[in-house]
Amino acid sequence: MAFDSWYDFIDMGGYGFYVWLAYGVTLLALTILVMHGLRTRKQLQQQAVQQQQRQQRLARRKQQERGTA
Amino acid sequence: MWKWLHPYAKGEATYRLLGAWLPWLAGSALVTLTVGLVWGMLFAPSDYQQGDSYRIIFIHVPSAMFSMGAYTAMAITALIALVWQIRTAEWAIAAIAPVGAVLTFIALFTGAVWGKPMWGTWWEWDARLTSQLILLFLYIGVLALYYAFTDARTGAKAASVLALVGVVNVPIIHFSVYWWNSLHQGATITKFEKPSMAPEMLIPLLISILGFALLTGALVCQRLRNEILKQEIHRPWVHAQLGVAEQER
Repeated sequence: MAFDSWYDFIDMGGYGFYVWLAYGVTLLALTILVMHGLRTRKQLQQQAVQQQQRQQRLARRKQQERGTA
Repeated sequence: MWKWLHPYAKGEATYRLLGAWLPWLAGSALVTLTVGLVWGMLFAPSDYQQGDSYRIIFIHVPSAMFSMGAYTAMAITALIALVWQIRTAEWAIAAIAPVGAVLTFIALFTGAVWGKPMWGTWWEWDARLTSQLILLFLYIGVLALYYAFTDARTGAKAASVLALVGVVNVPIIHFSVYWWNSLHQGATITKFEKPSMAPEMLIPLLISILGFALLTGALVCQRLRNEILKQEIHRPWVHAQLGVAEQER
């Protein structure tokens, strides 16, 4: 262990602000990237559901039209 | 070889293959990054010159490495897209560029935050820093071109050309510290010479580098899967894949 106490760990030998800022922003940037990817997938999923329902509706209507004709 | 490779040029096969890789890449990335960064932050000794500020190296060096690695990969897929007109290769450009841009941003930001206490300045217009900033602009330019056209294939072609031309910047970044006088130090890890770093610091750095490699792979996997779904959203396999229940017969 390179540090004697929690305080020493947070302080980083006086460079705490710089070290934790670097790590914090890195984590934030990566989290945003991952969340954006997950959100895109969710939106695509909804879009696919809509697409499929539309295709099914169209197919049903075609069948009905054939039935009445 | 084409016979073996050809199925992967099709969306569905690639989507499945990436889906098989993704959990392993993401899981191993999480484990290696945790080990590497906890080791680097808690157990690696302080530097005799830089104190504890040097601990930024455990994210700075790996993110910088893979910002260039991702660009090289993107340029290769751009070449494949231009020469063989493979659509999956075009989509890979859109998948790699945001990941590379974020890695470049991380490298620049952690570098600035490390530069302030060590060099006394957040930013300096020297060769290494400037060429890395150009890398960020190249990524943004590739993305902007990709999405700038109503015809997706035209956009992909334009983005491919820029990606390919911009690859000249990668060796410039790499050798900038030797070609020009720079505040930035030279490479810590080289292939042929002994590393200029104590093993107590080098081992967690190497683990972090591996972790960032796996993370880059996982992120590109995730985004390429999304891109494939987006492009083939009208196809029946996508409807089946996304678990849409066959409602109301």
